Amino acid sequence: METNWTQVGVLADIPQKGSRVLNSKDGDVAVFRTSKDEVFALFDQCPHKKGPLSQGIVYDKRVACPLHNWVIDLGSGEATGPDEGCTRSFATKVEDGVVFIAL
Amino acid sequence: MKEKLVLIGNGMAGMRTLEELLKLAPDKYQISVFGDEPYGNYNRIMLSPVLAGEKTINDIMINDLQWYEDNDVTLYSGQRVSKIDRIKRRVMTDDGLVVEYDRLLLATGSKPFMLPLPGADLPGVISFRDIADVDTMIDTAKSHNKAVVIGGGLLGLEAANGLMIQGMDVTVVHISDTLMNMQLDKTASDMMLNELKGKGLKFLMQHESATIEGKDRVERLTFKDGSHVDADLLVMAVGVRPNATLAQSAGIHCKRGIVVDDTMQTFDPRVYAVGECVQHRGSTFGLVAPLFEQAKVCANHLAQMGIARYMGSVTSTKLKVTGIDLFSAGNFIGDDDSDDLVFKDAARFVYKKLVIKNDQLIGAVLYGDTVDSAWYFQLMRDGTDVSSIRENMLFGQHHLGDSGHGASNAVDGLPDEAEICGCNGVCKGDIVQAISKHNLFTLDEVKAHTKASASCGSCTGLVEQLLASTLGSDFNDTPSKKAICGCTGMTHNEVKTAITEQQLKTIAEVMQALEWQNPDGCHSCRPALNYYLLSTWPNEYVDDQQSRFINERVHANIQKDGTYSVIPRIWGGVTNPRELRAIADISDKYNVPTVKITGGQRIDLLGIKKDDLPKMWADLSEAGFVSGHAYGKSLRTVKTCVGSEWCRFGTQDSTGLGIKVEKMTWGSWTPHKFKIAVSGCPRNCAEATIKDFGIVCVDSGYELHVGGNGGIKVRATDFLCKVKTEEEAMHYCAAFMQLYREDGHYLERTAPWIERVGLKSVQAQIVDDEANRNQLAQRFYDSQKNAQNDPWAEEVAKQPQKYIPIKQVG
Repeated sequence: METNWTQVGVLADIPQKGSRVLNSKDGDVAVFRTSKDEVFALFDQCPHKKGPLSQGIVYDKRVACPLHNWVIDLGSGEATGPDEGCTRSFATKVEDGVVFIAL
Repeated sequence: MKEKLVLIGNGMAGMRTLEELLKLAPDKYQISVFGDEPYGNYNRIMLSPVLAGEKTINDIMINDLQWYEDNDVTLYSGQRVSKIDRIKRRVMTDDGLVVEYDRLLLATGSKPFMLPLPGADLPGVISFRDIADVDTMIDTAKSHNKAVVIGGGLLGLEAANGLMIQGMDVTVVHISDTLMNMQLDKTASDMMLNELKGKGLKFLMQHESATIEGKDRVERLTFKDGSHVDADLLVMAVGVRPNATLAQSAGIHCKRGIVVDDTMQTFDPRVYAVGECVQHRGSTFGLVAPLFEQAKVCANHLAQMGIARYMGSVTSTKLKVTGIDLFSAGNFIGDDDSDDLVFKDAARFVYKKLVIKNDQLIGAVLYGDTVDSAWYFQLMRDGTDVSSIRENMLFGQHHLGDSGHGASNAVDGLPDEAEICGCNGVCKGDIVQAISKHNLFTLDEVKAHTKASASCGSCTGLVEQLLASTLGSDFNDTPSKKAICGCTGMTHNEVKTAITEQQLKTIAEVMQALEWQNPDGCHSCRPALNYYLLSTWPNEYVDDQQSRFINERVHANIQKDGTYSVIPRIWGGVTNPRELRAIADISDKYNVPTVKITGGQRIDLLGIKKDDLPKMWADLSEAGFVSGHAYGKSLRTVKTCVGSEWCRFGTQDSTGLGIKVEKMTWGSWTPHKFKIAVSGCPRNCAEATIKDFGIVCVDSGYELHVGGNGGIKVRATDFLCKVKTEEEAMHYCAAFMQLYREDGHYLERTAPWIERVGLKSVQAQIVDDEANRNQLAQRFYDSQKNAQNDPWAEEVAKQPQKYIPIKQVG
């Protein structure tokens, strides 16, 4: 099946080591940009207590949840050990500085 | 092609080094491990509980055979390396197996010292070192009755206790009149002797062994004085010696142990050594904590990161011998120039002795009540000036005039379902189980696995006690130096010094110069570095927004549902109908669900959506409000009482002074939040004596108080000094805040900061030294020049897009 890409916006609008939120009808999606300009997208809820991951501190390919510092892997959405839990992740791509996400 | 690493010694130090190495450089080496014993790596300090029947061998395995397979490590178990050929770079076993290496790691541990007595080779004469010894003891206990243990040290007493639990009649033979004479003084030893006798152990003190006699196996032990004791089993526990035989035979420089430098390298640069087999700066090792520190350093060099140094460890012994609490550290005997503080309650079996020299704690022995051991150890390590707490320090940290949550102690008697961590609802049973199941050794590991003490930290002492009592034996829970986070081995002080000395001006520069292990840092170190740079280079450093916690990034406090709270500044807690009307109107406009009066005399608007923040701030700005910084590691509020303007008891204008102080200090960033209060008389209605800086007005002037805290652990302020005028009070306030900003560690409140550096040092720099006070205050005023801009107004003007979604779909 062909992936259905949704245009998010331009890469420059997301701060490095930061995130912006995409409102969707199924809930918020956090779109992250790393220090190396990789882009990741996660459902904006920590698997622990639903904290908004978009508001966390980003480093490497991880984000620390702002509520209780669970550290979530941006690629897989999995909590890094020893915490256990997973939040949904979405495929992303960047073309000519424009960010797309597969919702 | 991968380089070849060979580890000789499948014990705790060597394997810990491998684990650390695999974390740093998982694919660098092809690794082989040789071990004499036919097992994986087990937790040797847990042998005593195995002997006592509390644990099984399986319980104490750290790396089972599966682990070696999973990590692609070849284990040659039960194989003894008999030769190292350093020229051809290969090792050879008894069986003729040859394995080549590029790097060799020696972790051959120690050997029990066996007294060279006639008959020492008889069956039934053993040491207490490995699983085989424990098996012999348990088997012997099934068919024989009388056991004798030579050596009244830690290991000997643990062996004796275990054998007694296995049903044997046990006699401990000791050469001096003091048990554990390396750790205890005579008084503590006598108390322990009484308690152990009460449990059924027998003792022959000041007895020197002469010969071991018996036909087919040991039957008795005779002494120099001609007397004797019958024995079916004789355990020698008279100490251990570094096992350096193999290294010696390979021509590697050894003294008592294998000599290593600060990088854990031996005299052969391809050969490293860690653990009980080494001699570092003249010391040999027997406790687990130094071994783990060495492992970390060694792994760092094996991974060729080349930045860590092992500088030796300040060690303490905190142990559980047969349900008896003991702690000892440093020079606990003292000398001609030292003073002893002694507390003794023989009926409760409690004894404490602190040795003080030049106003510093240099040694401690605690028996029966070891709750404060971590605190005493910290005071020793930090070299804190203890003169101001001397009269109360013997009674423990909780008796420094304060109380509060976390004051309960002694976890042993608690049931498994007792809640230890009130923040995260973690019970004693959960913690004990996690320690055993996941083989946890440190407080940080327990925090990560259970969340206990990971929030407010008030139960840290209890968790440390549980670690000590669960791990038992010679577990040492206090590393000699605490790194900022996992990204670096450096402490807060080392990083701060480097920033100043090397003129590092950005986070990237710091990370590069100090060789951070993760290029982006992490959520612990980045905010700390951002603060240190900000406080070291005020008016110059450009704040890194992405290194700030969300609250400081969006100038509001995040709540559990992802909404925010907004608290405008209300100077000195004084407001008026116009302001109140504005707040009411704004609350209506944005449908604020909860309006709450705070403890700091302000008004909290809760449940604000992120998108609404800039709009609300614009409205608040228009009404004349600025940010209250209720979200920041910065000045929070200045609480006041009504003072002489209205109060019939007021001695000075506390409200007016509070407003002036707040106007002077607002907008300043500090290591942690900073609260001030001004009370108009000693009735102290503004509660100034639990604030970071408190002013209590009196008829003749102003009393200045510092380092109070009304939070997790209530701490009343220390009295700094008394001044005559408002101007002086404000000047001292500026100097004190600046000293704290420059000297405090990030996330260290003034209370623990003052306890770390000592009140005397703060007084010396602020009260006694006028020039220094003026300089501190001047640096404060200078850094405030560009700090007092309302962040709310700035954000509204500069970056409103930060607060709105990038896009809406569907």
